Amino acid sequence: MATIAKSDLGPEDKVAKGAPVITIEHLFKRFGKNVVLKDFNLTVHQEENVVVLGKSGAGKSVLIKCIIGLLKPDSGKILVFGVNVPDLSPDDLDRVRTKIGFLFQANALYDSMTVRENLEFPLRRHWINLTQQEVNQMVLEALENVGLKNTVDMMPSELSGGMLKRVALARTLILKPEIILYDEPTTGLDPVTAREIDNLILKLQKKYHTSSIVISHDMNCVKNIADRVILLLDGMCYADGTYEELENSSDEKIKQFFEP
Amino acid sequence: MALIKDIGYFLDETGSMAKFTGYLFSHGLRPRFEVKELLAQCYTIGYKSFPLIGLTGFIMGLVLTMQLRPSLVSYGVQSELPVMVGIAIVREIGPVITALIFAGKIGSSIGAELGSMKVTEQIDAMEVSGTNPYKYLVATRVLATTLMLPVLTILGDAISLFGAYIGVNLGSVTSLHFFFTQVFQSLSFSDILPAITKTFFFGFAVGIIGCYKGFNSSKGTQGVGISANSAVVLSSVLIFIIDLLAVQFTNLLGLN
Repeated sequence: MATIAKSDLGPEDKVAKGAPVITIEHLFKRFGKNVVLKDFNLTVHQEENVVVLGKSGAGKSVLIKCIIGLLKPDSGKILVFGVNVPDLSPDDLDRVRTKIGFLFQANALYDSMTVRENLEFPLRRHWINLTQQEVNQMVLEALENVGLKNTVDMMPSELSGGMLKRVALARTLILKPEIILYDEPTTGLDPVTAREIDNLILKLQKKYHTSSIVISHDMNCVKNIADRVILLLDGMCYADGTYEELENSSDEKIKQFFEP
Repeated sequence: MALIKDIGYFLDETGSMAKFTGYLFSHGLRPRFEVKELLAQCYTIGYKSFPLIGLTGFIMGLVLTMQLRPSLVSYGVQSELPVMVGIAIVREIGPVITALIFAGKIGSSIGAELGSMKVTEQIDAMEVSGTNPYKYLVATRVLATTLMLPVLTILGDAISLFGAYIGVNLGSVTSLHFFFTQVFQSLSFSDILPAITKTFFFGFAVGIIGCYKGFNSSKGTQGVGISANSAVVLSSVLIFIIDLLAVQFTNLLGLN
């Protein structure tokens, strides 16, 4: 199996544990008259799982789409490994994106491709010197990580919701990203499968030492995986603390998220 | 008030489409080229459309001949039937009908496919994985439609002329050699070149509109349907507008 050095992915060196990997400063984003993010600030550290909580339409998905460069903020800084994402050229942005994985809410697997082709797609674009044998090994390793090695030649339409989520996670991980952004990873899944996905996220985080931002409404998921919880309210970071700190808060706006 | 709103919408759409086309030229047609995907699209768009284009071309040639015969007979010039049918098919009917059928099949398919990819965030996923969707999805499809429609038109014209030959033989006996000799003797370079040249523009229009509508599909399955439908309607209208401009242009050049 080919060893792909992290230095192949970009100019930055491996970040030490606890060092900031994402720093967001005074972020503003509006759609027409609707101001979604209003002076939003956040720092995510190496190997930290930050869960962003908030009502529907609060701007949680907008936030992670700004981080990955799918949306351009109106103002503010989004520093990923010290590089301001909104200022990057398309080529530089592609380079930074190899260090960031994104798990879409609806999985976003290419439905005209098999599972193997879905996983090969990012590999073929970034690591063009890999042989077919190396690609096959990496695909199978990624699928093995999520326990779905036997689905390699199946089409996405043949898989269940939980399996789709796992395959999407395998595709997210195949480029060995250092940061993973999860957009509601357990939405639409039954409680048992949701718990499996939570455990998988934790297992893979420990294995690959990734940092994550997780958007979630699922309080079990939040409790299981969060090192830190951010409450996004009115476009701002309303609360920031551990799950227990926020759960025990006397603030009515925070309490409503933790009520059964 | 509604009229002003409609005009505003039309101008807005035209501007967005021009911007989309400009972005394709500035970003989508730069190396590295997606050759494998381009070939796959040429196969899907070209080869897989051939049976439909061939069938409709054959019927068109046959019906056109059967409809023309009584009029020519009444003037006593039925011997000119191959010439008339040949010129009509090669210069106008072949390219336009092929392009309209192509717009119906391929324009809707591109609009629906990209629209569906848009609403299921597959285009975003592609961008996140470091692939420029304009290069991978738009440039390949637009190039494939631009290159394949002229090929399909030439093949469609040939099949259509064969249909016309069958049509001629329904009323009288004419040899294949004699029929095609008459057809080709009546055609000149200035008949074929403008007719084939305009199909490149038809193909480009079908591809770019299908991609634009798909890329700008709104959320939900209804949006995908609307994208597919509007891609067909708009590209069909544009085919006629391009045809009109092509006639004016060839007149100016003295090719008619």
